[in-house]
Amino acid sequence: MQALTNRAKAVDRRPMSFAEKLYIPAIAKGMGITFKHLFQRKATVSFPEKKREFSPVFRGLHVLNRDEEGRERCTACGLCAVACPAEAITMEAAERKPGEENLYREEKYAAKYEINMLRCIFCGFCEEACPKDAVYMSETFAPANYQRKGFIYGKDDLLIPHPKENK
Amino acid sequence: MAEEKKLFKVKIDNISVEVEPGTTILNAARQIGGEIVPPAMCYYSKLQGSGGKCRTCLVKVSKGSDADPRPMPKLVASCRTTVMDGMEVANITSPEVLDARKGVVEFLLLNHPLDCPVCDQAGECHLQDLSYEHGADATRYEFKRRTFDKVDLGDHIKLHMTRCILCYRCVYTADQLTEKREHGVLGRGDASEISTYISQSLDNDFIGNVIDVCPVGALTDQTFRFKNRVWFLKPVDAHRDCENPKCCGKTVLWMRGDEVFRVTARKDKYGEVEAFICDTCRFDKKEAKDWIIEGPRKIERNSVISQGHYVNTVKPKDALVEVLDGRQPKLVFNIHSESQVNRPEIDLSKIPGPAHSDDFKK
Repeated sequence: MQALTNRAKAVDRRPMSFAEKLYIPAIAKGMGITFKHLFQRKATVSFPEKKREFSPVFRGLHVLNRDEEGRERCTACGLCAVACPAEAITMEAAERKPGEENLYREEKYAAKYEINMLRCIFCGFCEEACPKDAVYMSETFAPANYQRKGFIYGKDDLLIPHPKENK
Repeated sequence: MAEEKKLFKVKIDNISVEVEPGTTILNAARQIGGEIVPPAMCYYSKLQGSGGKCRTCLVKVSKGSDADPRPMPKLVASCRTTVMDGMEVANITSPEVLDARKGVVEFLLLNHPLDCPVCDQAGECHLQDLSYEHGADATRYEFKRRTFDKVDLGDHIKLHMTRCILCYRCVYTADQLTEKREHGVLGRGDASEISTYISQSLDNDFIGNVIDVCPVGALTDQTFRFKNRVWFLKPVDAHRDCENPKCCGKTVLWMRGDEVFRVTARKDKYGEVEAFICDTCRFDKKEAKDWIIEGPRKIERNSVISQGHYVNTVKPKDALVEVLDGRQPKLVFNIHSESQVNRPEIDLSKIPGPAHSDDFKK
């Protein structure tokens, strides 16, 4: 049979010599490797006490951004929803009434905005599509939940805290 | 003996076509079709006298005619220049034309607010297409853009003068379609604006057509305002027997489920309506039972509206019920019971104007 690569090594099937039958050198070699790892850097972290840092490009749970005055940036343009390959985002738009200028940045805003985290694949297309810097993906992931309905994130869950009221 | 009509032979981007005398270069190009058709923002074949305003259809005439082969000294507006026998025209083959068009687009966008995320025209806007194809990716304009307040022209039409490119199409539409023209262009140059003069409301049977002819989002449908984005709706061809003799009754319904969000006239590939429709059809018939639905409208593949609209799809047979001996699978979670979007008690398409915060507090 022709080998697929030239790295294949035939198994040595000769009978073992006396020194090999003793197994002692082989055991010593194996223990040496084990002891070496005691003094090396650990590959794991003790998770709940210690948390590993996320990469700066990590795509985690979405947030809906506000501007410096705390007004919602989202104008419900639908570009995140049309970019979403999993069709996780839905929204309903409304017109800003006089007197609501401190709540919404533009004349149109998202009255309802929902991301279904069960559908979301965290690809980050919504963040890329957003022309208003409204959707960002944060450096955390969606917390576990006992029920599926806990993964339907509405505006209450997604909006970042008001920069002035929550000081 | 009837005199045989002499046809003019024209060459546009090295493609020959024979057209009748009196045809404009733009219409000759449209007879050839394809990529060589110059874009037009103000010319509208159904409106007499339109064209010559926006300058996006500029072409280079490299040979005037057989009789006088000199080239025309400047780029000409193809919608207003008629062909001559033996004329040779360069559109996309001339870098000069493409460069000039880029400049024209930059000028059109000087005062444009670029509020596409808010604008209802986004997705079917000719200025979007044009600037995407020909425009620069950034503006060099450093001054304040002109601003206007939003105006309600009657109950159904919203005028955003900031978005207007002054193509005059709506003025011609009102002039030629309705009995009494009530709006026009006031002011000159930078200060000119579409207006009804003393904030008169527009109420004619056909005034809604100004929404369809508007190439940008300056005139939009108030009954559709902010309700949905056009690419989330499903356009279907529909018709009804309209009482109005001038109305053809053939429309496109923009639906979501059974809700009719918007009614427009049918537009051809140049964005021009095939026939005008009356305001009753457009604004008052917002229920599926008012219409005889013919079928889904064909949308060009390059339009964002075609996203999610699949043709000739074959739905695979769901074998689960068969495997379960006829039992329906148990639904663990119904999204409609939890989702706050698209709630059945809030019928967005039935609200006369745009939705407000109190509409969602029910």
